[in-house]
Amino acid sequence: MSETRTITVELNGRSYTRTIPTRLLLADFLRHEIDLTGTHVGCEHGVCGACTVLVNGTSARSCLMFAVQADGQNITTIEGLAEVNGSLSVLQQCFHEHHALQCGFCTPGILMTLTEHLRDNPEPDEVELRTLLTGNLCRCTGYQAIVKAGLEAARCMREQGGLK
Amino acid sequence: MKPAPFGYHDPKTIEDAVALMAQLENVRALAGGQSLVPMMNFRYAMPDHLIDLNGVAGLDMLEIGDNIRMGAMLRQRRIEFSEELRTACPIIHEALLHVGHRQTRNRGTIGGSLCHLDPAAEMPAMMLLLDAQMMAFSVRGARMMRVDEFAIGFMTTALEPDELLTEIRLTPWKPGHGYGFHEYARRHGDFAICSAGVLIEADLKGAVSRLAVVVGGLGPVPQRLYETESAAIGQPISAKLVEDIVAVAGQVETMSDAHVSAEYRSHLAGVMTRRAMTTAIARLGVKVHV
Repeated sequence: MSETRTITVELNGRSYTRTIPTRLLLADFLRHEIDLTGTHVGCEHGVCGACTVLVNGTSARSCLMFAVQADGQNITTIEGLAEVNGSLSVLQQCFHEHHALQCGFCTPGILMTLTEHLRDNPEPDEVELRTLLTGNLCRCTGYQAIVKAGLEAARCMREQGGLK
Repeated sequence: MKPAPFGYHDPKTIEDAVALMAQLENVRALAGGQSLVPMMNFRYAMPDHLIDLNGVAGLDMLEIGDNIRMGAMLRQRRIEFSEELRTACPIIHEALLHVGHRQTRNRGTIGGSLCHLDPAAEMPAMMLLLDAQMMAFSVRGARMMRVDEFAIGFMTTALEPDELLTEIRLTPWKPGHGYGFHEYARRHGDFAICSAGVLIEADLKGAVSRLAVVVGGLGPVPQRLYETESAAIGQPISAKLVEDIVAVAGQVETMSDAHVSAEYRSHLAGVMTRRAMTTAIARLGVKVHV
């Protein structure tokens, strides 16, 4: 039997306590223990970026963290981006309008990566976003619309005075 | 692809961490996890015990003065965003931008990268270039090593099974030194096929007063061109000098693998070294025309 631990995680503004095997990856904790399946598991070795979440506000691969390491930490997933009433965040709305996703598998990771970046860098340029997105593989879009949506979201947020 | 079961330990002090390292069998230290966890997911690595260093106090220092001290658990993110470090030792920042991606640098640590010791990794090459000292700690106490004593083979350090790397110390070069780092990878953030780093200082007549050249990704560990560096002291900085160093870089013993032939790697070593030399010379505080 695997060793277990009881952890408490602050997840999208709610507190969850679970007893889990120590070898459980954070991505699998989110999907199988909390049933938040928006975080996608692609390569499981930190290359594709689909499982990116925010840990205390900074982006991280949830396939490269053990759930036990999230004990007492603040985690934000794709499910935490929209408002409680279901209205999309500015970034999500821009993805919708610019057709910045096709199959959608990579989208949660890309949204989390961009959410962090646009919060810290309100005036990104195209080269900066393309370099940033090297950490997220998308095999459908060719990135054109993703970059466009990211730049547009930054512009909207500047006009509205901040994220959301 | 899930890791095999292991015993998880999260000590709060360095003393507790090394005591666990000494007591337990088949034990690995977990730093940022950006290399070890993939290896565990693939089951290339199956430690019986994992000592998580993320909660250990005092391992993430960054002190910048006449010397630079970096704790082994210093996140690559903090190195990247430290303006003070970038001013004192700009080549570390330049090389760090090639290490993985935003998400992996947020968690990855300097010590983790050095202990993983991938042949193409940027940070081991930078520490060799900067003549860094590595501090290892165990229940027997602390000891210091040079990088060439630390990096003893392909992904193999001189750390004993119960030792932890705790700190890296280096002395920055004089303000106004020239620096250049270039690497070739098929995609940004991939492990490089080859990299080269150069630090240079010149006297007022435009002659080399100090030079360090490192190449990475060619052999099992990064290599300095020590003899060539010494031979360059006092020579005028010129296109001929650059080409002499490029020729030596192209002759460093080089590995072949399934993707890249030794011949191609050697070619790239020359190209990357030429670019790193040229960039470093252009950035010298003393203006030199090559």
